[in-house]
Amino acid sequence: MKQAKLGSWIAIIVGSLYFIVPLIGTFEFSMRMRRGEYSFAAYRVVFADPNFQATFAYSTVMALATIVIGVVLVVPTSYWIQLRLQKLRPLVEFITLMPLVIPAIVIVFGYLRLYNSSSILPLTASARSTDLLLAFSYVTLALPYMYRAVDTGMRAIDVRTLTEAAENLGAGLPTVLFRVILPNVRVAILSGAFLTFATVIGEFTMASLLNRPAFGPYLQLIGANRAYEPSALAVIAFVVTWACMGLINVVGRGKQIKATP
Amino acid sequence: MAWAWIGVTPFFVFALMFLIVPTLYLVVGAFQDPAGNFTLANLAQLFTQSSIRSAYWISIKVSLASATFGGLLGFALAYAAVIGGLPQWIRPTLMTFSGVASNFAGLPLAFAFLATLGRTGLVTTLLVTYFDFNIYSTGFNLLSFWGLTLTYLYFQIPLMVLIITPALDGLKREWREASAILGASYWEYWRYVALPILWPAILGTTLLLFANSFGAIATAYALTGSSLNIVTILLYAQIRGDVLHDPNLGYALALGMILVTGLSNGAYIWLRARSDRWQR
Amino acid sequence: MTFLDLSDVRKNYGSQTVVHKFDLDVERGEFISFLGPSGCGKTTTLRMVAGFETPTAGAIRIDGKDITRLRPNQRNVGMVFQSYALFPNMTVAGNVAFGLKIAKKPAAEIAARVEEMLKLIKLPHLGARFPYQLSGGQQQRVALARALAISPQVLLLDEPLSALDAKIRVSLREEIRSLQRALGITTIYVTHDQEEALSMSDRIVVMNEGRVEQIGTPFEIYNNPKTRFVASFVGTLNILKGTIVDPAVGRIVIDGQEVMTSKPVTHAKAGEACTVALRPEAATLYQSEMQEAATSSFAKDSEPRNRMQGTIEEVSFLGSVVRVRVRFDEHAISLDTFNNPSATPPARGSQVTVAFARDDLLMLEGAAA
Repeated sequence: MKQAKLGSWIAIIVGSLYFIVPLIGTFEFSMRMRRGEYSFAAYRVVFADPNFQATFAYSTVMALATIVIGVVLVVPTSYWIQLRLQKLRPLVEFITLMPLVIPAIVIVFGYLRLYNSSSILPLTASARSTDLLLAFSYVTLALPYMYRAVDTGMRAIDVRTLTEAAENLGAGLPTVLFRVILPNVRVAILSGAFLTFATVIGEFTMASLLNRPAFGPYLQLIGANRAYEPSALAVIAFVVTWACMGLINVVGRGKQIKATP
Repeated sequence: MAWAWIGVTPFFVFALMFLIVPTLYLVVGAFQDPAGNFTLANLAQLFTQSSIRSAYWISIKVSLASATFGGLLGFALAYAAVIGGLPQWIRPTLMTFSGVASNFAGLPLAFAFLATLGRTGLVTTLLVTYFDFNIYSTGFNLLSFWGLTLTYLYFQIPLMVLIITPALDGLKREWREASAILGASYWEYWRYVALPILWPAILGTTLLLFANSFGAIATAYALTGSSLNIVTILLYAQIRGDVLHDPNLGYALALGMILVTGLSNGAYIWLRARSDRWQR
Repeated sequence: MTFLDLSDVRKNYGSQTVVHKFDLDVERGEFISFLGPSGCGKTTTLRMVAGFETPTAGAIRIDGKDITRLRPNQRNVGMVFQSYALFPNMTVAGNVAFGLKIAKKPAAEIAARVEEMLKLIKLPHLGARFPYQLSGGQQQRVALARALAISPQVLLLDEPLSALDAKIRVSLREEIRSLQRALGITTIYVTHDQEEALSMSDRIVVMNEGRVEQIGTPFEIYNNPKTRFVASFVGTLNILKGTIVDPAVGRIVIDGQEVMTSKPVTHAKAGEACTVALRPEAATLYQSEMQEAATSSFAKDSEPRNRMQGTIEEVSFLGSVVRVRVRFDEHAISLDTFNNPSATPPARGSQVTVAFARDDLLMLEGAAA
């Protein structure tokens, strides 16, 4: 068994190198903008770029919209499935797995064909409506994770008993949903939200094909034309992803602490 | 009861409008010619038109390579962290990092690898400076098939780690002990007990990795651009500018993609169901 | 002839001692139980015999051969686990055949042996089933067959019945014992259930907090417990604290009443506190002296009995047994009487006499506190 332990250490060390070195390399490269010395010049250029600010803001707003739409769609659905419509569960789960099976590019291709200017629902006709379409496409992309997170949260609380207890005490439907169910799945929703945020911020394919000024296409443009700024952006993107994941852990842990008096 | 149906309606309407119908539209369109008549010509061209055929072939090769290596290496890492007898803190660290890394795909990933293994990348220059060894002189090129595969591993390996770790947890300690007390060595245990129990999960997850790689585009777009003509890039070009001069061919491409990813994922689900049945 | 011998076996985890000095000689074909509460070290000791833990000190020998440093797969010992641990990817036949397959026995021999084993556990037609298709009791029998198929020198069972329903437990318990007798295989059985240990074993090792409290036959353990722990763990016992009056004749005072033990007290002096135990079935209840004289068969006995006066505090009707709690000053004792449909049950609050033989008052060593 000794050799197994040595092998394990080798695997972990090699793995760590493979994962950490590119991060170091990216950071190092991003510091090389000024010839001969390390500086944060690339970052300064990036942050000062009005396009960066505009596209990052755009993607942030998109992410928030995606989260809101996603929550509005997923939470009631999960609630009603748990409470009354258990038979529909396999169908709903199949639907939420579809975005994992069908590649994003295919989905947005479908949108372009179905909702272009010559269709009954010309969502690509104006910029605003295209924004809406993009938001919907992001919701589709985030659906598997969002649904899984919320559904797990719903299952953890006994939805049926909570609802019955609330109704017994005189609560109407809105009260049950907003003051009983929602607070209890808040952590699950937040987890799904952070994951959605990380996904949407860096998304490229859909935004590019729908021609919207999102962060993804901006990254591609910079990557094609500049030398050092892409690395800086990659570092920023990585930090944002880490932050989202970290926040998921934080909210998750917070819930545990509350549960044990 | 009525409330329940009203409550789930938005979800189903959304799914219909933005998931099911668009996909079906493409599927149906794949079997139509520009005039709207039923035809199998588009599907035939997937196989006959050399540019399309080669695109599929490259996509399959890249996906096969990144899935196989991602599967093996991911398994090795998960094994090391779960069973390998290492300090306790290694496993949660690996899990957390895998959670982040599996999301770190797309353009930033391409930039990261360019900055590391590109012609002026950190590792490249370090090797030249300290070991007088230029990896590019050996014929290595990041902007190539193997370069792309290597880059894809950055999110494939973590995905494997995340999915296979619960399966490894499912290997009960008592099975190892029972096999030992019946005379089996460590290798015999793996050969007769552990691997037979695990192989559906390992194979299934590898197929998941395959599908994952097949549908990826952003990283390839930023890294190899149109020099490595994978299916997603071809479809992207087709959508943007009808390079194939035939919109219905685009549908066929999309259909082909759905079939490939659908089959792989279907096989994954079937294999998982099989292994779950044993673990009861 | 000692077949399995553990001498001076100890186990430490860092600074924590989990098993203190453990000595045991097991005859060939004997059925030994390790009995004790969770965490007492019984499973750890069993695992040391199996080879999954290495003793910090001491030696384990089977048939004269020192196996202390051997790997588990070199010991030819069979083990049955609490969670059955059947290999889920193999059929019942595959599981039973596993040890033989590893030993590279010829296929025909393996098939014959598997059939023999399945007949032994009375599941001859389930060879092609998978573990997930079997009930808990069936799985455990298959596990037993699997362990026995390789003809081990020693059979180890780690709380094999804990995960099963009560009814299955009783029937399987008997099956295991008769199988063991028929095969004559030396067996160690770990359990926290004293009924299991008492009904199955040739001898019992009672353990607590890593120490051996007592080794003896079920009769000895139950009727002559050496320590307070053994007395209270095995069976329900009344524990009483008294003060020694005259150690030479065994006279002590409990709650102001004088009683006598049958043996002189050796471990304490006059005026010191001591602990005694009394089994519920050893005491008899009399509601008046006349009743005692009339009903007692001990009236003409050589040795006078102990008598204590008390008040009935509680009467619990348990079916065939009536449990009465009688209070003295500080102490109350429980005693069991058989249900008598034709007699009136004792009433709460009535004054009664509790009588018991001197032999039945057990003096306990160890802390009197």
